[in-house]
Amino acid sequence: MMMNNTLRNQCNLLPGSSITGKWNKNQYKIIKELGCGANGIVYLVENGNRHYALKLSDNGTSIISEMNILKSFSKVQGSTLGPSFLEADDFIKSGKQLPFYVMEYIHGHDFLRFIEKKGASWIGVLMLQLLTSLSALHANGWVFGDLKPENLIVTSPAYKVRCVDVGGTTLIGRSVKEFTEFFDRGYWGLGSRKADPQYDLFAVGMIIINSAYPGRFHKKGEGYSQLNDLIKQKKELLPYRKMLEKALHGKYDSALQMREDLVTVLSKQNHQKKTGTVQASTRQPTTRQARRSQNQSNKKMGGLFETFLLVAIISMLYVLYIYEQLL
Amino acid sequence: MKAGTLRQILLITDGCSNHGEEPSAMAELAREQGITINVIGVMENDVIDEKGLKEIEMIADSGGGVSQIVYAQQLSQTVQMVTQKAMTQTIQGVINRELQQILGDSSTMEDLPPEKRGEVMEVVDELGETSKLEVLILVDTSASMKHKLPTVKDSLLDLSLSMNARMGDSRFSVFVFPGKRKDVEKLLDWTPNLEALTATFPKLSTGGLTPTGPAIREALTYFNKKRSLRGLLSHDDEQYFEESM
Repeated sequence: MMMNNTLRNQCNLLPGSSITGKWNKNQYKIIKELGCGANGIVYLVENGNRHYALKLSDNGTSIISEMNILKSFSKVQGSTLGPSFLEADDFIKSGKQLPFYVMEYIHGHDFLRFIEKKGASWIGVLMLQLLTSLSALHANGWVFGDLKPENLIVTSPAYKVRCVDVGGTTLIGRSVKEFTEFFDRGYWGLGSRKADPQYDLFAVGMIIINSAYPGRFHKKGEGYSQLNDLIKQKKELLPYRKMLEKALHGKYDSALQMREDLVTVLSKQNHQKKTGTVQASTRQPTTRQARRSQNQSNKKMGGLFETFLLVAIISMLYVLYIYEQLL
Repeated sequence: MKAGTLRQILLITDGCSNHGEEPSAMAELAREQGITINVIGVMENDVIDEKGLKEIEMIADSGGGVSQIVYAQQLSQTVQMVTQKAMTQTIQGVINRELQQILGDSSTMEDLPPEKRGEVMEVVDELGETSKLEVLILVDTSASMKHKLPTVKDSLLDLSLSMNARMGDSRFSVFVFPGKRKDVEKLLDWTPNLEALTATFPKLSTGGLTPTGPAIREALTYFNKKRSLRGLLSHDDEQYFEESM
């Protein structure tokens, strides 16, 4: 976006350079750039041997709103969803004032990469964690808003889901202003952009769908029937179908209710896995038969080869014997 | 602080005007009346030339609003972002004016320490959420815009979805230029819901001239005709009005 380009031109901060605040005079040494969003650049910084994430922006308004959100996040008891807030200050760069804030550095893999590495069985488990965190957030009157895999980080060694970008967080009853179309129920024609717990639960549903369709897709025609068709086409989504249907239609009253359903789905899945082999043997006789006949023909081929080899060796020995006799 | 009515013109175009008054002069006129002008330049396979870019930027500058050039695919997000940003800007203008009265001449929000700024920003957010909003949408339907119009329609529906999620009331009206006989033609009267666009938008005939300036002037009179609305003008808006003079 244009905004970022101007910010980038203004402050091309290289690793090793440092940022000092105008008000609190704290100095942060830049280690590297972590990423750049719609309204700022996030750097990994160091201060007193500790690592932090620092967000620098040329848009004072949005960054101050985010700071307010982060502060109220830290008031949510028992929630470790977002990064904790350290301080806000201004950086003066060639006469221009650039506001920044400093927060906890959350280190880990982003959600989709983690699933790719560790396997699809982690999706359900991580979503359970996310739903627990969301329920605490909702209970405090907030909705996360811009929920998407890119904003979810899985930390290690204890695998925990955390959110890194809180810019979309909105008071319940207000309008969600920062969102991503694919995860926005308004885009799919399945509800308003008024912040309510169901808005987040819709996004959780879409994250699960996204994990089966990493490339995502665009809306074509009527939203729900398209989503429903795509869910049916992926066998890894089938166990979640009922739950997804409810989440996409905003039928869950709370994150905890959706969590309960997810627990049920996951425990069923484990059960199915244990009995899975038995089921397969009775259910799919045709494929198994085909496989057996394939094995048989393989065996036949092997026998022929064996005979040929035996004949070849014997005739070789015979030839050698004749040769020796002739000498 | 009571929330007033924020009034905006959203101009969606893809190039330079070629007929009538200077658009940026008309934008200045709008600003004098407390109406912000935002401009979005839409590209598809074409690019907007230097002259067009400059004009787009100048209209938004004179109109106290926001401008952005985008590819048609990103139009929905941009329309929403630009409208939101301009609302915040206007409210901040009002607040800065108040701050100057309290703290002395040159103080603005930026001069406050971050903590205080955060508190002021909460007020700005609150006002942005609760104030009434009126957006007059002005769509360029000159020939080169023809195949972009379906995307424009979708993005306007999306805009009404976003704005109607706010606590304050939102109303929209849609004008196109050039019109059949006049420079500008009304497509949709003030309404909170843009759904009605679906029927009228595809039938639009596209013309050759691009009378951006006259279109803005016409649009302004439409705001002005609504005397009842002027009565609704709050204290805050009057101040913004003064400030822009």
